[in-house]
Amino acid sequence: MRLETRFKWLPAPILSLLLFFVWLLLNNSVSLGHIVLAVILAIVIPLATSPFSTKQPLVIKPVLALRHILLVLYDIITANVQVAILILGPTKKLTPGFIKVPLDLTHSMPITILASTVSLTPGTVSAEVYPCSERFTEGESCEQRFLLIHVLDLKDEQALINTIKQRYETPLKEIFQC
Amino acid sequence: MLETVILIVFAMIGLSLLLNIWRLLVGPSVPDRILALDTMYINSIALIILYGMSMGTALYYEAALLIAMLGFVSTVAVCKYLLRGDIIE
Amino acid sequence: MTEWIISILLLIGGTFVLVGSIGLVKMPDFFMRLHGPTKATTLGMAALLTAAMIFFSTTQAGVSVKEILISLFLLLTAPISAYMMIKSAIHHKLDSIEKTQGKDNVEDEA
Repeated sequence: MRLETRFKWLPAPILSLLLFFVWLLLNNSVSLGHIVLAVILAIVIPLATSPFSTKQPLVIKPVLALRHILLVLYDIITANVQVAILILGPTKKLTPGFIKVPLDLTHSMPITILASTVSLTPGTVSAEVYPCSERFTEGESCEQRFLLIHVLDLKDEQALINTIKQRYETPLKEIFQC
Repeated sequence: MLETVILIVFAMIGLSLLLNIWRLLVGPSVPDRILALDTMYINSIALIILYGMSMGTALYYEAALLIAMLGFVSTVAVCKYLLRGDIIE
Repeated sequence: MTEWIISILLLIGGTFVLVGSIGLVKMPDFFMRLHGPTKATTLGMAALLTAAMIFFSTTQAGVSVKEILISLFLLLTAPISAYMMIKSAIHHKLDSIEKTQGKDNVEDEA
């Protein structure tokens, strides 16, 4: 896990990229003036706001991150069709449940991303991180963490835990190298 | 054909808004009502975008974006109020 | 041709939004109700906004891609608002239905 960038003037590369594209999308144009303004904003805003925020881990493998995003998008579409079928089907047959997934990730930023992907994909909503969900600044010092998940239709608990760990957690560990 | 489809989708979104209002009125608990409100603002974004399409103007886009942002912030604020009894501690 | 694509995307979007609201009304307890709006509605909105994007790109001068911004925003905020709502529901000790498995996994910290 690396917290500092190579260049002092670019404290958060992903945030800069996001700002650049959001500015261009908001103006809906790619004219030279807007590109220059977007570059200026993408450099100035992270520089101005980085003293307020705590250091977040950097994306070390951008290509893998892109692949992971595409995988998650694909999963969102398939999972939504599944959830739609579950909702329209008979309610009595559904077996909801709460399960705890043990986490290997330690920092709060990858855990947040994992919880969000779990919320958007197959019939699960992440509910809570145990223990010490509140003290996220001292993430390294606490013991084994769990992610509490509510499942709409729980069939095989262990299989679901394995899927989440292999499909979503392992790529995140590689992307952030932690 | 597109006009007909837009009308059909208008009816679908209107129906889902009615279902949301039913959940908002019936409850039974406060988080249920927040969930209904949260769904309602997302559906109203869909309604505004559809209205813009049927009128053939992209002017309503800004309104939709503003509703998306304010709706999210208000949902989080109300949830925070339920959790703590206070929004800004 | 584009009219067909727009119509199909619009119908898919409308159906998913409707399914999300049906889930909101039909499900027996709060935790199950949460699944419909967070997932189905988000995908429905993404489909609707893609349809709007294609529509405005073809009918008006220039390409219109700013609708992506709304779907991106909804995609980012849906899990966060779902998390806040389920957290407040757990805090208020809402009952889940009888057959819910693993109820003892839930502990309230906040």
